[in-house]
Amino acid sequence: MIASLGRLLILGSLLAATAGSLLGFAAGRTRSVDGLKWARRFAYLYCALIMLATVVMVVALLRHDFSVSYVAHVGSRSVPTWVTVVSLWSSLEGSILFWGFVLGGYIAIATFLTRGRYPEYQPDAIGVWLGCAAFFSFLIAGPANPFHTIPNPPLDGPGPNPLLQNHLLMAVHPPFLYLGYVGMTIPFGFACAALLKGRLGHSVLKPLRESLMLPWIFQSIAIMLGGWWAYEVLGWGGYWAWDPVENASLLPWLTATAALHSIMVVERKGILKGWTVTLIQATFLLVILGTFMTRSGVFNSVHSFTQSAIGPTILAFLGFALLFSIALLAFRIDKLETEGRIEGAASREAMFLVNNLLFVLLTFTVLIGTVFPLIVEAVKGKQMSVGRPYFDSMVVPIGAVLLFVLGIGPALPWGRATGEQIRKSLLPPLIGAVVLAALGYVVGVRNPWTLVTLAFGGYAAQVTLKEMFVPMRQRMRRGEPAGLAFVDGQLRRGRRRFASYIVHASAVVAIIAIAVSSSMRQTTELHFAKGQTQQASGYDITLTGIKEVQEPHRSSIISTFVIARNGKPVATLEPNMNQYQMMREPIGSPDVYTTLGGDLYISLSNVDLLNQTASIAVFASPLVVWIWISVIAMGLGALFGLIPSRRAVVSESTETLPEAAAETA
Amino acid sequence: MTSATDAMRTRTRLFMLGAFVIAGIAFAVIAGSGINKNLVYYWTPSDLLANGDKAYGASIRLGGMVAKGSIKKLGGSAVAFDVKDGKNVVHVKTSTVPPQMFRENIGVVVEGTMVRGGYFQSSRLMVSHNNEYKPPAKGHPVDRKELERMMKSVEQGQS
Repeated sequence: MIASLGRLLILGSLLAATAGSLLGFAAGRTRSVDGLKWARRFAYLYCALIMLATVVMVVALLRHDFSVSYVAHVGSRSVPTWVTVVSLWSSLEGSILFWGFVLGGYIAIATFLTRGRYPEYQPDAIGVWLGCAAFFSFLIAGPANPFHTIPNPPLDGPGPNPLLQNHLLMAVHPPFLYLGYVGMTIPFGFACAALLKGRLGHSVLKPLRESLMLPWIFQSIAIMLGGWWAYEVLGWGGYWAWDPVENASLLPWLTATAALHSIMVVERKGILKGWTVTLIQATFLLVILGTFMTRSGVFNSVHSFTQSAIGPTILAFLGFALLFSIALLAFRIDKLETEGRIEGAASREAMFLVNNLLFVLLTFTVLIGTVFPLIVEAVKGKQMSVGRPYFDSMVVPIGAVLLFVLGIGPALPWGRATGEQIRKSLLPPLIGAVVLAALGYVVGVRNPWTLVTLAFGGYAAQVTLKEMFVPMRQRMRRGEPAGLAFVDGQLRRGRRRFASYIVHASAVVAIIAIAVSSSMRQTTELHFAKGQTQQASGYDITLTGIKEVQEPHRSSIISTFVIARNGKPVATLEPNMNQYQMMREPIGSPDVYTTLGGDLYISLSNVDLLNQTASIAVFASPLVVWIWISVIAMGLGALFGLIPSRRAVVSESTETLPEAAAETA
Repeated sequence: MTSATDAMRTRTRLFMLGAFVIAGIAFAVIAGSGINKNLVYYWTPSDLLANGDKAYGASIRLGGMVAKGSIKKLGGSAVAFDVKDGKNVVHVKTSTVPPQMFRENIGVVVEGTMVRGGYFQSSRLMVSHNNEYKPPAKGHPVDRKELERMMKSVEQGQS
């Protein structure tokens, strides 16, 4: 009953999306105002139907209605309510329904916010958005249908994958990932519309940039949450393993980051238009590729992913989207006329270009390493993977150069600069570079790449902090009081500029924290009997006991360790082994003592309840927490920059200072 | 616009294109050799023996069943055992603490390489986390497909 209702709503959403997409494209050709109006209505209708379908699924999950196939597949009466809600996206079919839900939200909001404002671009953009929506509704209606009716429903289900139940972060990570992934459809629509029209005018840059920035924020947080989850749950002491699933989330982020930078060059100089559009299209294609890689099971076996129709269907869509994008680029890219040119190698715009090339290089590096094993398996039938050292040895140098460009880019002026200007802006930050590298050396950093990262990081930090407050300092020099100058120069007029430097500062912290925490991790393996105390990485660790706790859906063996530093107890850690009802194997759950300076991380490898003994792995990694903090700061900073500014209303000509123009950069 | 500047523009474009092509080739060579040096092979004991000398020093992820009665403690946390796939057996030594579920007749994946002593030196021992709800297949002949699936799915973070 409830399953049929779900199916009906999905079919309705498929029809609405298809009709709206066709109307949108038609209105783009005929410039029909009525056609556009109807395309918009279908966009809202699609949103309503797909969201209702999702609500129906959530209700079915909460009521444990095992006559719905998806509920029978992932539901369980013995799990807590939050796990039941989270199971909406814990498995394949539900996650694609959730995708549709998020896409509906994005399309409705984007349609509403751009209504009546970009008549040139909106019809085609709606056409592209709803075209994607139609594909996903087709996927939900057919190959990935979560609403099959089960004639003889079981009394209870297996519950979602225990690894996903093991930590609350798993309730947060997927929604952020979907908000990032799915949101890339919106800028893709604008980019395709610009190509279809053969024009990337100044007016459309704002919605293009903002619709790219928002999913980029979600994607940044999602990648960080994924790493954090891996760190808190998987028990090997690290947060990133260059796993295909992780790479899939990173790839579109890399191209989106490049595009966010190149859009600024388009705004400022009217160049790199075709390049920017290409990056945005690549971002969307990488999103679909990532969806294919993670949702089709192709990494379990290249040859068995065809067992379900989902993989081939997504692959077909990827192929179609790729051809569509290439065709659009091939026929239209020349129409996006260039209005200026790069004036010198030592200029801001040249550094933007270098930044873009580095991001593209990173993208290719990760893409090749991820896809290579698939190709070898498909062609030769041999199974292999590309080891971590490949990624590390490629990404670390490129990342270091990127950090270097992050430092010198903002120090250089737009356009042509004199040698004097260049010297004056590039030399002083060397102090920051030397100070930070020396500081690192004193506290024990010896890895050369980490020292290089610290030097570049120190350079970039000094430039960023100096540039960050330029508008405020200018106003204070003119005699404005500090408070007013801060509010006016940083928070109001120069908001976007201030925000982008917050993002840069956070990126510097993140890169340093990643370099230091990964290159300076100490690992110790210890075997404990109850009451025993041992040392690791400057901490005294005592096993005080091991107990068993029964919960409805799992039983846990919890070992308790008291951590002391210099004789003073600082924390109690309780790493555990969880045995889930429906699983053969127990899953370990590490525990972490976090300080701003570094983490102490204990993971159980073996535990014996009867004899009260435990084998543990102890990891001590400095600065890990700064990765989470800095990425959150990065997201908040970017979000702050998205707050609509009133400066559009204020006449530009009232600003006479030449530097004032830089506030938009 | 004069033809001279046109020619110059064409020359600049050609120059740029050439630079891109060279940079692209350089990148491909560096990345290709990087991949080549860091391949991790997913092998069963039979694959490993079939590859002969290539197995020495290569990064290998060896998957199979722990042979019955083969587990020996070597002192400290070190353990020795045999990994079999129905046809062939490889002797494995590992220095890491075996995970909780490690026992006879269970699917394992060990990461490491063949050493000249004639055994597989493992730096990482993983027990297959089979997420499907089914009783363990005791004494079942080992299925190659199942082994391959296992070698991939024990990857950290794979769900």
